[in-house]
Amino acid sequence: MARVFDSVLDESGKSPRLIGGRSRTSGAIVFPLPEGSEADLFDRILLRPDGKLWSFTIQRFPPKHPPYLGVTDPARFSPFAVGYVELENEVIVESRLLIDDFAELHIGMPMTLTTTTIETEEGARSIRTFAFEPV
Amino acid sequence: MEDCGLTWPEIQFAFGGSAAAGDADAMLPRLGLTGAQFINVANGCATGGSALLSGYWAIQSGEFDLGMVVGFDKHPRGAFNALPGELGLPDWYGETGMMLTTQFFAMKIRRYMQAFDISEKTLALVAEKAFANGARTDHAWRREPVDAETIAASRMINDPLTKFMFCSPAEGGVALVIASEKRARQMGRANVKILGAAMRTRPEGSFEVFAPSLSTTRGVAPTVLASQAAFEMAGVGPEDIDVAQLQDTESGAEIMHMAENGFCKDGDQERMIRDGQTRLDGTLPINTDGGCLACGEPIGASGLRQIYENVVQLRGIAEDRQVANVRLAYSQVYGAPGLSAVCILGR
Repeated sequence: MARVFDSVLDESGKSPRLIGGRSRTSGAIVFPLPEGSEADLFDRILLRPDGKLWSFTIQRFPPKHPPYLGVTDPARFSPFAVGYVELENEVIVESRLLIDDFAELHIGMPMTLTTTTIETEEGARSIRTFAFEPV
Repeated sequence: MEDCGLTWPEIQFAFGGSAAAGDADAMLPRLGLTGAQFINVANGCATGGSALLSGYWAIQSGEFDLGMVVGFDKHPRGAFNALPGELGLPDWYGETGMMLTTQFFAMKIRRYMQAFDISEKTLALVAEKAFANGARTDHAWRREPVDAETIAASRMINDPLTKFMFCSPAEGGVALVIASEKRARQMGRANVKILGAAMRTRPEGSFEVFAPSLSTTRGVAPTVLASQAAFEMAGVGPEDIDVAQLQDTESGAEIMHMAENGFCKDGDQERMIRDGQTRLDGTLPINTDGGCLACGEPIGASGLRQIYENVVQLRGIAEDRQVANVRLAYSQVYGAPGLSAVCILGR
């Protein structure tokens, strides 16, 4: 049983969509949708699932726990790609990137939304979250 | 205090900061419980710059004429580890491995390199210069020169930045005495003056650390605003500066900060660095003590280390790393979640 971040991901349709917010005053689009009292200032919207890679890097060392829930043991850790994906006329979203060959990543690369499971330390629940992959 | 010929009871106020080594005012029992005003400052990596600015304005207000700004820190090994809740961010952002300062630095320089034709070799040259300067600096932490080839070939941390292109959090401390001009004259120490000082927070559309999303309408960095304000206050321009200490949390930051602080146009860094213009014998020496790359990044202390180095350069007592005829010295420190503090000193 994987833990899912359902406050950011809408999976009610055929394909997953990110949940963003549109400011009721300026019309600006933000991600994620603000929670708490700030939520009153935004309308919930589903962001477009396709975009272009805006920048990226490879996470070559394990992030620390807390807050990271994935594998932190250097012997078991696998590097992963992260980047910003520009959703045209909406917002630029930071996300994990799924790609077999890191060398293929380049700015401007067309990307589409998917989900991914992050392996955790043994005995812990895996976590499922949003990610972008090349079209 | 010894350098100024002062004792602690004469100090009227202090501003101090530390991010990971406890409250700065924990020093008070050691310094003496004189009742002096002591305010703790916390502003991310710009804590030191913010402490100085607080002290500057305290004196400018006319309320005080002699004070201390102090900063120190000691960090655990490895990358800084921020928790989302402390910055008003959702937990999943950290839980899924995106809340790392190193990722931000890598992605900011990646985009900048593509937009303005900066090569990976230039990233290595910045670090090579830092360690060359650090080897001449008694307060530096890394004091061994490292050549550009070794830097480029060292372990990749966050592409395109390798291990030797990043500063290490480390530990350290700095204390500075500041005084009104009148008081400094009475002390016979009115030789270095604060000509301009400004701190600015991020405007709309700037690309900052710890951002789950960015606006598609892009804006300038807070450093641009702080730099412009400090230059205006000092009545001088970038072309007048003799040495500059620019926040170099990694090689890319120094390159981008050269342009954000007005010292060159975007993209000119490639040629300037290749030609050695930012070395100690260049036209604009940058990070003369090796910066954060050689001195580490104890958050509370770093911004004040830059000021210390500029004072040493202005006094002409920097020995092996002394730049000739320094009259105007510039410093800039950047911190999460998007703020920048600039100080221009002159003699």
